[in-house]
Amino acid sequence: MTEMITVYVPCDAAALSVGADEVAAAIVAEAARRHQAVTVVRNGSRGMLWLEPLVEVATAQGRVAYGPVAPEQVPELFEAGFLTGGAHPLGHGLTEQIPFFHHQQRLTFARCGLTDPLSVEDYRAHGGFAGLERALTMAPADICTEVADSGLRGRGGAGFPTGIKWRTVLDAKADEKFICCNADEGDSGTFADRMIMEGDPFCLIEGMTIAALAVGATQGYIYVRSEYPHAIATLRRAIDLAYEQNWLGAALHGSGHRFDLEVRTGAGAYICGEETAMLESIEGKRGMVRAKPPLPALEGLFGKPTVVNNVLSLCSVPVIMAKGAAFYRDFGVGRSRGTQPFQLGGNIRHGGLFETAFGITLHDLVYRFGGGTASGRPVRAVQVGGPLGAYLPEHLFHLPKDYEAFAAEEAMVGHGGIVVFDDSVDMAKQARFAMEFCAIESCGKCTPCRIGSTRGVEVIDRIIAGDRRDENLTLLEDLCMVMTEGSLCAMGGLTPLPVRSALKHFPEDFDRPASAPAQAAE
Amino acid sequence: MTDPRHSGTEAGGNAPLSASIPMAGGSSRLLDAPLAGGSSRPWDAALAQQIIDGFAGQRGALLPMLHALQGCFGCIDDAALPLLARSLNLSRADVHGVVTFYHDFRRSRPGRHILKVCRAEACQAMGADALIAHIKDHLSVDFHETTADGAFSLEAVYCLGNCALSPALILDEKLVGRVTPARFDALVAGVRS
Repeated sequence: MTEMITVYVPCDAAALSVGADEVAAAIVAEAARRHQAVTVVRNGSRGMLWLEPLVEVATAQGRVAYGPVAPEQVPELFEAGFLTGGAHPLGHGLTEQIPFFHHQQRLTFARCGLTDPLSVEDYRAHGGFAGLERALTMAPADICTEVADSGLRGRGGAGFPTGIKWRTVLDAKADEKFICCNADEGDSGTFADRMIMEGDPFCLIEGMTIAALAVGATQGYIYVRSEYPHAIATLRRAIDLAYEQNWLGAALHGSGHRFDLEVRTGAGAYICGEETAMLESIEGKRGMVRAKPPLPALEGLFGKPTVVNNVLSLCSVPVIMAKGAAFYRDFGVGRSRGTQPFQLGGNIRHGGLFETAFGITLHDLVYRFGGGTASGRPVRAVQVGGPLGAYLPEHLFHLPKDYEAFAAEEAMVGHGGIVVFDDSVDMAKQARFAMEFCAIESCGKCTPCRIGSTRGVEVIDRIIAGDRRDENLTLLEDLCMVMTEGSLCAMGGLTPLPVRSALKHFPEDFDRPASAPAQAAE
Repeated sequence: MTDPRHSGTEAGGNAPLSASIPMAGGSSRLLDAPLAGGSSRPWDAALAQQIIDGFAGQRGALLPMLHALQGCFGCIDDAALPLLARSLNLSRADVHGVVTFYHDFRRSRPGRHILKVCRAEACQAMGADALIAHIKDHLSVDFHETTADGAFSLEAVYCLGNCALSPALILDEKLVGRVTPARFDALVAGVRS
């Protein structure tokens, strides 16, 4: 019998989507055939998604990576001695020396991919619950101050300072308060919430529990979109384990505090990513946006003071509490402090999650780390910040990723998603899709969004068809202004962002001869 | 409040109940999750009422109830609306309003498998439109339709969180990335056989 060797095969949904389960099964079978003692640990993803399924082997030098592995390649990996880090064409050396990984600054995702997501022991061994343990010794106001001092701003898109939001809830007088985690990550090009919920679920549980201590809340909800069945299952199991070990429930880790946590499943409505629509949905109603004020911090879920934070905001809290506000604040630029997990998707060679301090440029993300397009054709546009984010041309790729620099270019960092398009993209078609998506997903409460989006599709159709183009372009501009100024929430208010940016940076796509369909059609 | 140990783990919050409901794969953890391609039992008012009662005391229980009912019966049967309304002290119009607001809730039974194809931007950048055209052609259905043999219901979805491995689809609860027409055909053939 040889020495037991640990092999890691991710259980992240993205890895599963390209065959990670089959690879894990093949490794177990091949090890058994060779009487080789192997333990397969199903970890989260390291975020280098183009290498998935990424198999890692624990060696004395560190974890050695192989990928993307197909099940039928497993016997040859054994033959090449991969269990001792042997050379193979799929080998990448030490995982943490792969340039895409090596150049990151992982704070929020420090554990993701390293640990077994459902092992409390693993979580603790990698610094987990240290932040919560410290928070349990602090006064609520001091926790709010610590988070405020870290400079953490809402990672969901709006960028509101998290500590200030918490203090508002703390100062509100009520018999009951809530913590609601917005995990309705509906933006195309974003998958960081999913990855951390699947890869390090205790981090979210810890962040929410710290938030509860900071504001005096006793009940939390995680609202996860139904498109994420794996994340839902992982979170539910993690919550179970946290209860078993007293990290949730009546006497939090032996203290006098109580915090209960529940997962709620969305039902396919994009608008429920808007915080007030999400609260309505948790209450069991149609996901209709509420007018603000009152702020959810004062009158939120069931009319009670409620913290609504995005997954990434809450998952950044444990490291802030464990290492202190100053540690976190030292990363970043200007008023954008800390790190942001950027997500590279769409037509990109090296797609995945890249966490680094604010201030990195789009150019570095797309070319230096992303490796350009998957198709090998030139990059024509990137959409940043989801379906409500701007399309940017290459001459703006020098922009540093920071909230203010992007706002100055009528764009937004949003949730850190970056979708790359090659030169076959038809930007008029993309602009039309933005309006179409808004028409499908509008909650219908306000007219500019509900009607404006449908009219927007029609107007763009006429522009594409060459029907009184100048008049219709004027009309579209007017419509965009009405939606921007008159919509109740960001759905109608920001849909003009992709439309206007496409018009501004790619006007030639709106001016093609009507008879010649765009080169990129379909 | 219900027992938080249960409300924190299973939306059903009632162990005997979850054990008594036939769920896909025999799992109760998905009671509150959309069971694409899950059970599709004939309507049974007593069973429906039992499912609804399992959420008694839980706040804002309508969505979890709807997910559980759809997980059991494959859709939200018209006959479920008065039961829900009575149990939650809502009007039928309120319940109808919620059911029809959310894309996930179906009013009629779907095919044996539910195929949701992503048509959001990241997948568009990798040829989702062409893939979708192939799928519609291959299955001879449009979105929101079921194949003639009752095997597949085709739905559009806007992002599955697999944007670095586009184009993506989800077949029941199996997420598939880097889908090509050939890979799709093999997937469908595998399910049909």
